[in-house]
Amino acid sequence: MNSRWIAQRLVQLGFVASVGILWYVITARGNVSPLLLPTLGSVCHEFLVLAAAGTFWPDLGVTLYELAAAFLIASIAGTGIGYLISRSGYAIKVFDPLLAGIYAIPAILLFPLYVLYLGVGPASKIAMGATIAFFPVVLNTTAGLHYVDRIYVTAARSMGASSRQMFWNVMLPAAFPVVLTGLRIGLISAFLSILGTETIASFSGLGHRIVELGENMDTASMFAYIIFVILISITLNSAVSVAERWGRRGQA
Amino acid sequence: MLKKIPPRLARLTLIVMLLAIWEFCARKFGDPLFISPPSRVLLAVIHLARDKQVVAAVGLTCWELILAFALSVLIGLTVGLTVGLHRFTRGAMYPIVLLLYTTPLATILPLFVVVFGIGPASKIAFGVCHGVFPVIMTVVAGVQNVEPLLLRSARSMGASPRQVLFSVIFPHMIPSFFTGLRLAMTSVLFGVLLAELYVSQAGVGHWTTEFAQTFQSQNLFALVAVLAAIAVSLNEMCRWAEARFTRWHRSSASAA
Repeated sequence: MNSRWIAQRLVQLGFVASVGILWYVITARGNVSPLLLPTLGSVCHEFLVLAAAGTFWPDLGVTLYELAAAFLIASIAGTGIGYLISRSGYAIKVFDPLLAGIYAIPAILLFPLYVLYLGVGPASKIAMGATIAFFPVVLNTTAGLHYVDRIYVTAARSMGASSRQMFWNVMLPAAFPVVLTGLRIGLISAFLSILGTETIASFSGLGHRIVELGENMDTASMFAYIIFVILISITLNSAVSVAERWGRRGQA
Repeated sequence: MLKKIPPRLARLTLIVMLLAIWEFCARKFGDPLFISPPSRVLLAVIHLARDKQVVAAVGLTCWELILAFALSVLIGLTVGLTVGLHRFTRGAMYPIVLLLYTTPLATILPLFVVVFGIGPASKIAFGVCHGVFPVIMTVVAGVQNVEPLLLRSARSMGASPRQVLFSVIFPHMIPSFFTGLRLAMTSVLFGVLLAELYVSQAGVGHWTTEFAQTFQSQNLFALVAVLAAIAVSLNEMCRWAEARFTRWHRSSASAA
């Protein structure tokens, strides 16, 4: 809370303000077509209309449904398969490089195939989101369970823990933070890929709505929706960070 | 018994088995309009390699990827150093970078098309927007993690700011910088390919749409396979560079 802190906040405020002023000046002088860059006022107006009328609910519902389904599939499959692989050091040596190798392929390339098989409805987006989220979850689960400190395992075993107690009381709590990181990366990347694929081929969802407004030259509404999605994304990011911190409480 | 097989061999066997199952099922049950066995995909790759338009499209996409990557690194390094070198700018500007980073870029894809057109420019711009953030963030982290002791001793021995930058900060930034390059490549691939699939005149996106809509599944599989191979080799190049250029750092750190 010193002068440096205040100066830094002032720089941030100045940056945001200058972007706003630049936007205002450019649009007010009328050199730029409103189809390309709508005025700040009209975007604010559209945003308020959007928020008041609640027209975003159906699209938001579709996108969140796709995200929830994709994340559910990816987290169950990822943690399950990750657990099975982590049980044997040999399986890790066989599967880990394979999964990491497949992870390096941009999964977005598969989207045309998914559309071919599953259509342009939510199913292809769920499949895409699940594919993208699966890899960070499975890789982190395997790594987390595998690299549990040997001292814990030895200590628990020497005190006569059963394999069930071993899993629930030693392995799981020790591996949890790493698994949680995988789940967070998975959720965020699934969200981004679902928005992305909705813009490519879809007939519902937030990504689709933005593209449709853009194609109808309703740029002010499109900007309002973009701001709305950015707010959703910030909310999702902070919710995930809070959940991660909550899940990590009591961890070193 | 099973564990006697080297993991590498077991992995290879697994891949071959999966391909064999795919081949068998696709031939036996699959509709050739929707699924192609690997052997036909391979033939389609050879066939597509003779198609001048498709080769040109793949080449164009490679150019977009390389240009977007180079621009991301250049812009990311400049911004990263500007933001990261001083404590004041770091505190002031870094939160803005993070705020911009949380923007789901896919939602502003239509804007890129409106501003840059449906040609390669919009793909490059979209790829750059994905690629700069990993570079900025790793450069800032790298600059920040230079040991204060090294900076202080260099300064106390009378090093000029320029010498400090080139002889202390840069060498110590290299490991995290190359990690940033690898992450940037992954992001650029996502950005450029997403933009290609969204709308494309002459790039690969045009051909994936064409093949999917005309049910030429062997060509679609072949194109996806070729692009995946390109993506994997670009990623591997970054990984190799990372391993190559961070080695000295690790050895010197362990020696110290």
